[in-house]
Amino acid sequence: MQTQELISIASQVRRDILRMVHGCQSGHPGGSLGCTDLLVGLYFEAMNLKLNASNDQVVFNMSGLGEDVFFLSNGHISPVLYSVLARRGYFPIDELSTFRKINSRLQGHPTPHEHLEGIRIASGSLGQGLSVAIGVAQAKKLNHDSSVVYCLMGDGEQNEGQVWEAAMYAPHHKVDNLIAFIDVNGQQIDGPTEKIMNNRDLQLKYEAFGWKVLHVDGNDMAGLQLCLANAKQMLGNDIPMMILMKTEMGAGVDFMMGSHKWHGVAPNDQQLEEALNQLSETLGDY
Amino acid sequence: MSIYTYETKKDTRSGFGAGMEFLSLTNPKVVALCADLIGSLKLEPFIKNCPERFFQTGIAEANMIGIAAGLSIGGYIPFATTFANFGTGRVYDQIRQSVAYSGKNVKIACSHAGLTLGEDGATHQILEDIGLMKMLPGMVVINPCDYNQTKAATIAVANYNGPVYLRFGRPVVPVFTPEDQEFVIGKAIKLIEGSDVSIFATGHLVWESILAADILKEKGIHAEVINIHTIKPLDTQAILDSVKKTNCLVSAEEHQINGGLGDSIAQFLATTMPLPQEFVGVYDSFGESGKPADLMDKYGLNAASIVEKSLKAISRK
Repeated sequence: MQTQELISIASQVRRDILRMVHGCQSGHPGGSLGCTDLLVGLYFEAMNLKLNASNDQVVFNMSGLGEDVFFLSNGHISPVLYSVLARRGYFPIDELSTFRKINSRLQGHPTPHEHLEGIRIASGSLGQGLSVAIGVAQAKKLNHDSSVVYCLMGDGEQNEGQVWEAAMYAPHHKVDNLIAFIDVNGQQIDGPTEKIMNNRDLQLKYEAFGWKVLHVDGNDMAGLQLCLANAKQMLGNDIPMMILMKTEMGAGVDFMMGSHKWHGVAPNDQQLEEALNQLSETLGDY
Repeated sequence: MSIYTYETKKDTRSGFGAGMEFLSLTNPKVVALCADLIGSLKLEPFIKNCPERFFQTGIAEANMIGIAAGLSIGGYIPFATTFANFGTGRVYDQIRQSVAYSGKNVKIACSHAGLTLGEDGATHQILEDIGLMKMLPGMVVINPCDYNQTKAATIAVANYNGPVYLRFGRPVVPVFTPEDQEFVIGKAIKLIEGSDVSIFATGHLVWESILAADILKEKGIHAEVINIHTIKPLDTQAILDSVKKTNCLVSAEEHQINGGLGDSIAQFLATTMPLPQEFVGVYDSFGESGKPADLMDKYGLNAASIVEKSLKAISRK
């Protein structure tokens, strides 16, 4: 896909995120906006998804056999996942308006409990997604399925001990059909990660655990496309892949960028208008 | 003289190992994970028969639960195994989010439950695991009573689609249930017919309940003994059918009174047929180091205690 096309989709996804969070006056816009380009790049280009042969629409199977699968470990950025899944055709776009409201399949944090197409595991309580992604990757190996498993975590999430259990396990078991990302936006709820719990050098840490580590600017679509293509090429050598993805929390909306303030705060009517004025409506609002 | 006899004593965890050995040969979708306790869980035959279906996680139980959830997404039937303390309490949130809430077909199979772990002491003797697991929506909780029943339960849960907690133990106990029995999840088994008091027991306390019924018989009291191997879903019909005859009951388990089998039964009967009920279990206390038999005596988890509580229940009718 052309870079410009992906950028155009990302603009619509950012509008969706802001309108969803505004619509229920809760949720997490900051990290969602920061990771928009990655999820668009994955679902609209990098990932091989199972398609219906007759109409080229995506088909959801829980097992994800024979297709690439993505796991969102930092489940609080559910708005970006929901928007991308809907825009990719997993469920009706109109359903985005039900986000975080009663009787919705779009729970505050993603869950398969309400049978929402595209969701395979619950996440929200942090630190668990990488383990799940590794398990799926190992199931793919047992099934002789050569497709790829992707997993996104937050940088604040690196505080969780389970992440490091998984980090130790994957290289030991040669889980080399796995590409993990850390959203390095340098922010967590109580402030900058450096002040709250310093991750120090994530590259050195993951390399010491036995991972191949790449870097990318997570808000540069062309760079992301190149990085995702390269990472896929480098799989299959007994070594799992970690991509440290530098992003700006709130990317795409000038007054939301560069602060942890918009981690979990919804815009009011005026702020929403101001934000939407910065993002073109490329695919039509829900 | 009891109608139940036994020739050998075996540990229930060996019944689990035998069940896993059977599954290694018969169900290619079954995979096993273990957090550095292969010997304790008796997994050697499974690993020997299908090494590619075994995943050593090291001493990292949280990661083990997540990987098991992932393997289940890929269509496998994972048995995540370790000691009961580390497989439930230590990883409660992982089980809650990645297994129970996510509706995954993961079997959490744990040995060394309860006081009978013995000398290692209270750090390892979990007495809260049944309660923790039964509170999770959709979780099946099973605590079989001997080697044969644990083997049968292991095979049965592999054929059930959904999250299961399978609890067993370390000490050798009488093998008195039939070999190659059928195990029906949620179906209680009446072991002794009686009319004066119902004894509902689970796990290691089932044999003690049989002994208690023998002692009561000598006193002219006819106790009904029912093996509640599945605590959740509870066989409420079997409970109701029994207490309608006996009008009083005793529950017996190697677990805290809070959150155990007895309180599931009490909750059910409170809304259907309230009756005098007594509880054999641990009363809001941690365990301690000691020989298993000595611990069971000290904490009142034995036939004598079941007899005493039965007499009390009868006196309250």
